[in-house]
Amino acid sequence: MTTIPNRHKTGPGTTPPWWFAAPAMLLFAFVVLIPSARGVYYAFTDWDGLSPDFSWVGLGNFTDMVDDPDARQAIWHTLVIAVAITVIQNGFGLLLALGVNTMIKSRNVLRVFLFAPAVVTPIVTAYLWRNLLGPDGAVNSLLGAVGLGGWRQDWLGDPQLALWSIVGVIVWQFGGYSMVIFLAGLQSVPKEIYEAAAIDGTGPVRRFWSVIRPLLAPAFTINLMLSIIGGIKLFDQVYALTGGGPGHATDTISTLIYKDAFTLGEFGYSIALAMVLTIIVAVASTSQYFVLARNERAAA
Amino acid sequence: MNRYRWRTLGLEMVMIAVAVVVAFPVYVLVNLAIRPAADTSSPIRPTTRPTLDSFTQAWQEGGLGGALVNSVLVTALSVLVVLAVSSLAAYPIARATAKWSRGMFLLIMLGLILPFQLAALPLYQTMRDLGLLGSVWALVLFYSGLQVPFTTFLYIGFMRALPRDFEDAAAIDGCRPLEVFRYVVFPMLKPITVTALVLNAISVWNDFFTPLLYLSGSDQQTVPVALAGFVGQFVSDWNLIFAALVISIVPILAVYFALQRSIINGFAGGLKG
Repeated sequence: MTTIPNRHKTGPGTTPPWWFAAPAMLLFAFVVLIPSARGVYYAFTDWDGLSPDFSWVGLGNFTDMVDDPDARQAIWHTLVIAVAITVIQNGFGLLLALGVNTMIKSRNVLRVFLFAPAVVTPIVTAYLWRNLLGPDGAVNSLLGAVGLGGWRQDWLGDPQLALWSIVGVIVWQFGGYSMVIFLAGLQSVPKEIYEAAAIDGTGPVRRFWSVIRPLLAPAFTINLMLSIIGGIKLFDQVYALTGGGPGHATDTISTLIYKDAFTLGEFGYSIALAMVLTIIVAVASTSQYFVLARNERAAA
Repeated sequence: MNRYRWRTLGLEMVMIAVAVVVAFPVYVLVNLAIRPAADTSSPIRPTTRPTLDSFTQAWQEGGLGGALVNSVLVTALSVLVVLAVSSLAAYPIARATAKWSRGMFLLIMLGLILPFQLAALPLYQTMRDLGLLGSVWALVLFYSGLQVPFTTFLYIGFMRALPRDFEDAAAIDGCRPLEVFRYVVFPMLKPITVTALVLNAISVWNDFFTPLLYLSGSDQQTVPVALAGFVGQFVSDWNLIFAALVISIVPILAVYFALQRSIINGFAGGLKG
């Protein structure tokens, strides 16, 4: 998008007053900024969420975390989920987008239907899948019906599998979301470029890699950001599918924050976990932003 | 390259097969919701005796009616407030070159990164001390603030690409800043307003974590919380649970299919902003 140069930098009375921003900034401060700042402070205390008496424990919560296998596991699960979703969901979404962005007759209908799961409430799809993935659920029934009875599993009850089942549910729900963003990117590629490449005799793989992929850079940036940050913060689906179980096999940082605060009353420790989550999100989003922005410039 | 060939037909078949696999869970959802509770055959076998019993029972026992009203109310009010305050805030932040404008922009960027989990517990305490727990009004207040960074960010990006000429002309003609915003700037923001409306409405409607925290233990519920309570109550009565899930999905999908073009463009809209 080209920016139109401002001819009158300081036109007569055209700079809007700062107080236009006041209502938004006050709401934002009340809901996000002030509580977050207090959160950072509480992370270094043993606050229980109720009593006004609490004491400063320095890095105590963080050293406890190092010794807490549940916390270490939850951090690990969170990273695994975020990376797995980012790779699988975007791979799937990209294939869907390339398939839909062709001459096939059903392309408009497919686009609408494949995107539909993304607007449904995640907790609803998670409860649906909790049943489908059960020992007597539809997934196992279907495997039996097509002669793959040997593949039947307790998808959510097996600690080795449960995390991957959650990833599968999320890919099912949001693959269409990635697709829509890739499609918008593909449709911004001028037709002449495809045709020129086709006339030059480049094969489909080569055409994708050296012609289309660079032009999709902005779509990649948005998709990767959305899926990695969504994956890191994941709560609803885990809560509804497994509740973090079996045992702690699928606990993420967010489910552990919830449990530690509301079932154990360890608010200080819980907020320290939220700090770790914040740091991971900040590192992931800024580093991704810089890497992808560099690639976008290189592709431009 | 623009012709329909055998290979295109093959691709068409593959894509439709993928869509059928993606739609399979929805088939099971409906199939289980409409079959009699006594039917314990395989969940993938189409039922021969469809009934709406589970729906009536789920509706009567799930408190879904009240929850739907609350969800509509919370979503509509929050989105209205957040669009109003964010578009108004984006105007000076996008236009002014002063230090405060840069500072506010950086705060907005910070707000984009901060995960809500960090603020959730201290805010829970504040809401409790103000006696706002268990009230849907607190949720409206909450989302109005939570969605500000993202929405303002969308507006700022869009506004910076707009020419100032119309604003300048209106100001020269004697419009006061608020009038310039109301009659000149805001109408030009329509495309990004649609995007912001869609994205905010869906994330507020679907949110589960916040109402789980702030409404738990009260009789005020939004749809996701009501469903979680319902599942907790009818643990393995899946016909009933699935009927409740269908009831909760129908309004969203109805809106989605009616407005699919604007909604899909809304989601893809961040790309052009």
